[in-house]
Amino acid sequence: MPRVNPIDTEYFKDERKPDFTVIGTTVQRSDALGHVTGRTEFFEDRTFPGLAHVKIHRSAHHHAKIDDVDCSEALAVPGVLRVITYRDVPSNWYVVLRLIGIEPNDEPVLAEDRVLYKGEPIVAVVADSEAAALEGVRRVKVSYTELPAVFDVEEALAPDAPIIKQAGTNYFVYEGHHARRLRFGDVERGFAEADYIFEWRYSSAPIEHAPTETTGCIVVPQSGGRLLIHSNTQAAFFTLDNTALILDRPFTDLQVKGGTVGGGFGGKVDVMVEPLACIAAMLTHRPVKFVYTREEEMQVSSPRAAERIYIKDGVMNDGRIVARKVMLYVDAGAYSRHSPYGTTKACAHLPGPYTIPNVYADCHCVYTNRTPSSAMRGFGVTIADFALESQMDRIARALDMDPLQFRLRNAYRDGDMKAHRKVASGTALIEVIQRAAALVGHDLPEEYRAMSSKGGAA
Amino acid sequence: MRIVNLKVNGVGQAFLARPETTLLLALREQLGLTGAKRGCAQGACGSCTVLLDGEPVVSCLVPAATVDGADIATVEGLADGEKLSDVQQAFLDGFATQCGFCTPGMIMSAEALLDRNPNPTRDEVNEAISGNVCRCTGYEPIVSAILDAAERRREGAKL
Amino acid sequence: MTLLRGRGYASVNYPTGMNLGGDPSQALIHATTMGGFVVSLSSVDLGQGLKTVVAQCAAETLGMPMENVIIDTADTDTGPHCMGTFASRGTHRVGNAVIMAAREAREVMLDVAAEELEVDAGDLETDGTGYVRLKGSPETKIHISEVALAAHFKQGKSISGRGIYLKERNYPVPETGEMDPDSCQAHACTVAEVEVDDETGVVTVLSLHNTYEIGRALNPGMVAQQIEGGAWMGVSHAIFESTEPYYPASRDHGPVDFSEYLMPGPAEIPVQTSVILERPASNGPFGAKGIGEMTANAPIPAIANAIFDACGVRLTTMPFTPESVLRGIDARRDDALSA
Repeated sequence: MPRVNPIDTEYFKDERKPDFTVIGTTVQRSDALGHVTGRTEFFEDRTFPGLAHVKIHRSAHHHAKIDDVDCSEALAVPGVLRVITYRDVPSNWYVVLRLIGIEPNDEPVLAEDRVLYKGEPIVAVVADSEAAALEGVRRVKVSYTELPAVFDVEEALAPDAPIIKQAGTNYFVYEGHHARRLRFGDVERGFAEADYIFEWRYSSAPIEHAPTETTGCIVVPQSGGRLLIHSNTQAAFFTLDNTALILDRPFTDLQVKGGTVGGGFGGKVDVMVEPLACIAAMLTHRPVKFVYTREEEMQVSSPRAAERIYIKDGVMNDGRIVARKVMLYVDAGAYSRHSPYGTTKACAHLPGPYTIPNVYADCHCVYTNRTPSSAMRGFGVTIADFALESQMDRIARALDMDPLQFRLRNAYRDGDMKAHRKVASGTALIEVIQRAAALVGHDLPEEYRAMSSKGGAA
Repeated sequence: MRIVNLKVNGVGQAFLARPETTLLLALREQLGLTGAKRGCAQGACGSCTVLLDGEPVVSCLVPAATVDGADIATVEGLADGEKLSDVQQAFLDGFATQCGFCTPGMIMSAEALLDRNPNPTRDEVNEAISGNVCRCTGYEPIVSAILDAAERRREGAKL
Repeated sequence: MTLLRGRGYASVNYPTGMNLGGDPSQALIHATTMGGFVVSLSSVDLGQGLKTVVAQCAAETLGMPMENVIIDTADTDTGPHCMGTFASRGTHRVGNAVIMAAREAREVMLDVAAEELEVDAGDLETDGTGYVRLKGSPETKIHISEVALAAHFKQGKSISGRGIYLKERNYPVPETGEMDPDSCQAHACTVAEVEVDDETGVVTVLSLHNTYEIGRALNPGMVAQQIEGGAWMGVSHAIFESTEPYYPASRDHGPVDFSEYLMPGPAEIPVQTSVILERPASNGPFGAKGIGEMTANAPIPAIANAIFDACGVRLTTMPFTPESVLRGIDARRDDALSA
């Protein structure tokens, strides 16, 4: 039987509607029978006669100028049908977020005169078999002149850092600012009034989505000239639109079929395989598969960004946090992908689920010479929560306060103004803390047990 | 290139194997059995697990040319018509699947365990699926489903 | 060797949806001749169960059994636009779009049934078993298969509906960060208990106890799946995972397979207990908020705080490797000696 967690209906009793017919019941998953019988059809479970395969020759350096690309030996490999370079990509420069107006197009589908990270795609080889494509990839010869690389987010922002981006800054520019800003109240006055100041640093390393099914697609040319893309994308139209822009073809020329994915976690929103598979299909007039190897998935596909977060808090004797300043650095790697958006999401999450009258944050989306990072489960929030909740624990200990009481004292409630100036509603932080305390037998004094999320500023 | 004769799910099959053809690719591309998945092609994720003469193997590492005369069992052969195997039914009932990509391999590892050990401990279940990666479920529902399947099998054997 | 135990806490919130560019999803629904309802989408199920939960939304709204609902997704030729599956938006956006489409289809369904039964459509109700009935007169009823046949072949009506949910575009104010990024917030509090081996530095997460507030649990079994699987990922992030073990100093030694990229196996999972609270979101489908992503978040700081509670080592860099734990323990010993 499925494990179902108890629902404690004593909380928010007056807001819960009466029971429904199928809503709120544990209905069997509609996909489970296919999963246990092996009949669920993932994109790679389709076979097509004459299927060709794409493999990628990738940059051997973190940052380098490309002096020469020689594909002659690759073309001589039996079974190799084509090599594809940036000259074959109709609209080579893109940023996936251009669909929502993010600029500039900062990433080439295939590298032109330089590479910004080790593993950056330079040449795609199309062949009859995976083995021939891999052999072709091995025979591509690229000569480089290495350039100084930047690997640290704060070093990348230093005045003497080599500028790695064409746009002229090693950071994404938010409407003229070097960071996504959050300004609420007067944080310096808050610090001046505070009884204590606590300032600490937190950081993380990149993390891989590691879906059991790697990113991939099969593109099948249709009789009318359209391209049918069987994909495990997390976003069918997002992939279609970005691919059409790169191919410089009408959007109606493409059809994406998918919807059944072997794990995503944010790793399959980057539109990495479809454009090249489409180009390969157009050039060879054959169905083409491009699927990442596990090694590519681990080291070349976008990870969850590493972050570095400094938090400075001003706190009163009674445990109220009166000011919080956050300097947050997202390591976007070499290209934007979804990081400008994730950094804004991080900014919107600050200062955490607490009502603090004075908040100041600069959230930097920083470019370095590493694999571009992008969306992952909890985008912009997961690492910030690690930092924020570690900070809360440390302050509670420094004040010799109970960690849950300290959180309850600062918890946001309905009607409170958040730092991004949206009035809080539907809050329930207090209640989840109260219930978790009960769950583990952590005693809370009556004063804290009586608190309610409905008792905010309104 | 050689002809490989073998039994798959009890049915005689033959295919032409190139030296680089793996059992996984032969099953998927030549025999049309796509239940076994290619998750890594490195033998490290278990998504391609099938039974080779009753033993669980990562079929991505088995050269197809070496399985001549073998008896292969895949997830497609477990159900008897509409009737699922105990392991399949326990996975279904126990919500032990999310994305489903690891499921066929996980189920084959479980079938192999229960074939040789009808009454495994939790530790023995853990060990039996230690080569099968799941990124969605956190394993607990899978382990519980396998223990449940063991019980179903024992009950079934009594009848 | 001593095994040191500790307990840590973390409480978090998480946004449902993240809007910067306008965030829509659409659904179309139509009845087949025999009263099946096809819901056409271009939305993607990553394994979290979107196809199941939106079928529940359709069935509930139509008042029809689950068996009558067919989810057809994701084909960009036949399914209307969906922004994609990310930002914990799927259930919220697609669920709302399906409810809107199903309401429109239900209205036609009741009109057709009313004409067949020669009653007023406003006096009809559904009971979830496949019948449309006259309120207060349960024997005056008609099965959906007859309704659908009548619509197709007698009345010439299309039992169908269109739905869209749009979170309108919002531009952050560059100077202040003022913005309206999300639709609602879900909440969680996690209590972690760990054991730290002071000789090897290995951290074992013994238990995770969670309370989640998620608006409305549309399918409690699938909610439990998200909590349990997400907690496992949180444990994995906390003590195992990185593609760059020497970040940021060196890009070398990156793992390339599952034998190098470490994650907890089935023998390393903590005991978990969870409780759900429901504070329905005014804009959520039947009050639901998104829970997909957030379940990995609270466990990480709860584990960090539990490690400190156990051994006095404050780990400020993820992941919390045995090396970092041991270095912390050594530093404390050195401090104690020099003091």
